[in-house]
Amino acid sequence: MSGKLPYKSIEYFFMSLNGKSIDLLRWMKSNLFSSSLNTLLTIISLWIIYVSVPPFIQWALLDANWVGSSRDDCSREGACWVYIGFWFKQIMYGRYPETEVWRVNVSYILLVGALIPLFISGFKHKGLLTLFLLFVYPIISYFLFIGDSFGLPLVETSLWGGLFLTLVISLVGIVASLPIGIMLALGRRSSMPIVSAISIGFIEIWRGVPLITVLFMSSVMFPLFLPEGMNFDKLIRALVGVMLFSAAYIAEVVRGGLQAVPKGQIEAAEALGMSYWNTMGLIVMPQALKMVIPGIVNSFIALFKDTTLVLTIGLFDLLGTIQIIGTNADWLGFHIEGYVFTAFIFWTFCFGMSRYSMHLEKKLHTGH
Amino acid sequence: MSEQVDVQPNIEQSISNDPMIKLNGVHKWFGDFHVLKDINLTVNRGERIVICGPSGSGKSTLIRCINHLEEHQHGQIFVEGTELTGDLKHVEQIRREVGMVFQQFNLFPHLTILDNLTLAPIWVRKLPKKEAEELAMKYLERVKIPEQANKYPGQLSGGQQQRVAIARSLCMNPKIMLFDEPTSALDPEMIKEVLDAMIELAHEGMTMLCVTHEMGFAKTVANRVIFMDEGQIIEEKEPIEFFNNPQNDRTKLFLSQILAH
Ligand SMILES: Nc1ncnc2c1ncn2[C@@H]1O[C@H](COP(=O)(O)OP(=O)(O)O)[C@@H](O)[C@H]1O
Ligand SMILES: [Mg+2]
Repeated sequence: MSGKLPYKSIEYFFMSLNGKSIDLLRWMKSNLFSSSLNTLLTIISLWIIYVSVPPFIQWALLDANWVGSSRDDCSREGACWVYIGFWFKQIMYGRYPETEVWRVNVSYILLVGALIPLFISGFKHKGLLTLFLLFVYPIISYFLFIGDSFGLPLVETSLWGGLFLTLVISLVGIVASLPIGIMLALGRRSSMPIVSAISIGFIEIWRGVPLITVLFMSSVMFPLFLPEGMNFDKLIRALVGVMLFSAAYIAEVVRGGLQAVPKGQIEAAEALGMSYWNTMGLIVMPQALKMVIPGIVNSFIALFKDTTLVLTIGLFDLLGTIQIIGTNADWLGFHIEGYVFTAFIFWTFCFGMSRYSMHLEKKLHTGH
Repeated sequence: MSEQVDVQPNIEQSISNDPMIKLNGVHKWFGDFHVLKDINLTVNRGERIVICGPSGSGKSTLIRCINHLEEHQHGQIFVEGTELTGDLKHVEQIRREVGMVFQQFNLFPHLTILDNLTLAPIWVRKLPKKEAEELAMKYLERVKIPEQANKYPGQLSGGQQQRVAIARSLCMNPKIMLFDEPTSALDPEMIKEVLDAMIELAHEGMTMLCVTHEMGFAKTVANRVIFMDEGQIIEEKEPIEFFNNPQNDRTKLFLSQILAH
């Protein structure tokens, strides 16, 4: 009986309110205050929001300093976004030479410009554009970023950094790990014993090792096995590591989807005389991938965040750059701003991916 | 009923003594389980054969061996003179000539009806898209659902889906059609529309092998009815003989059960 008391009193409280808000009240009653446990949880949640959100807004927005060029422009009552503004170039591009930064921007513009039509439903040449994005764009970007040809000065990969490096590693990882993962998943289910054994071995080895170990191996151990004088770029080694690591996870996600496609689908395709690759590419994969979109996007989000581990092998991605500038003697004491900003950027990208996956699921649903 | 009487004689003419399918002493095992035992069967051009028998007797396995969805382990299977071995070239060649309709329709749920029909003509027969679409519309009209072309399979009734499945097979211009209980998964009111499509096909002289328990269909269109039990062909007769004068006790028992309701 006593358990019902808070519920009752809330009801009285609602009844005393103006009749207009009755719908809202009904909603709240059935969703937030439907039982004494729910009421308790609602109150606790509200309390947590009350103690955390307003002070954060106060700090991050209301009391914050936005303009200026040195630490003296910050009152220190709120966040010092001047700090982020001051280091913005480094955070975005690392040590990429300032005079060459336009090359990165051109590549960004190209990417966004090519992506936008893909989201417009009436656009005719989506296939061509996708081919461009997958095969032509990376080559253009490669030459833009590295230079050393077409009259562009060389920019060593050791100078790449910041968000730019994070995007390079994660985009290459995402774009390359999906096809590799698909091939591994098909290989694992192959009826040819050697193919399936190799696929299983590969997947299990990469899944069983932490990414940080993979990165260490790629940068410390791998060069030991190479002949004297032969040296692969550190970034390329990291890229290959991230790519294969992610591919092993994708492979398992995709395999789940493959198993969920009814056998009758393959039989129907085979009965029409379709080859193995046509059957897989046109019938099985589209259905399998559609089912595992959430799992694939989950892997991509994990990959995106895991790129921060490249810091351990001396590559300075977004987080790495933030940590470096945090040690600058003129700007000591602004770690929180740095981390909040990093978190915000990571969150924006990951949230974007998550929303896109939901959109894709809805769009591809054909009612069955 | 009168239609059936008209139809029977002129279908009869189109049968020639030209074996399209020939099975010689075919055996098949699933592990230790002997599912097909010494199957001998010849199907001539234009012949329509109905296969019936109790569940688990190996009917599906038999017709699935003919387009190599199942592999036989002993004996020989010839389709249009080509022997079915493990050779993938032969298998794909034969599958192009042999259409199959499944109990569960097996339409491709992620593609529209039109795409379901044009997929194999485009990718296997290498037809231009436009031609494939014209072909698809022609066959959709024949199964009387051209207006569904841009829907997805999930939006169609079972009977409509099965008619689409028939049209999909026909788009490959097959010489032989295999049906594996095409009406068993359908609600009673939809069985007729599918049977009608099959009867029409029979009129046109298609060589057909149908696993079905629709005895009315067997009487109307079959040249021969085959009764299978425990992996063997027990009895093989013209429909009138088969229904009026079954010899084997197992056939009699089966018929009494089937015709009881
Ligand atoms: N892939 C398979 N593996 C093992 N046993 C099977 C397989 N397919 C069918 N069988 C068995 O073979 C027998 C014949 O099956 P089937 O040809 O489907 O019979 P029917 O179509 O006459 O009902 C059944 O006992 C079935 O359980
Ligand atoms: Mg069966």
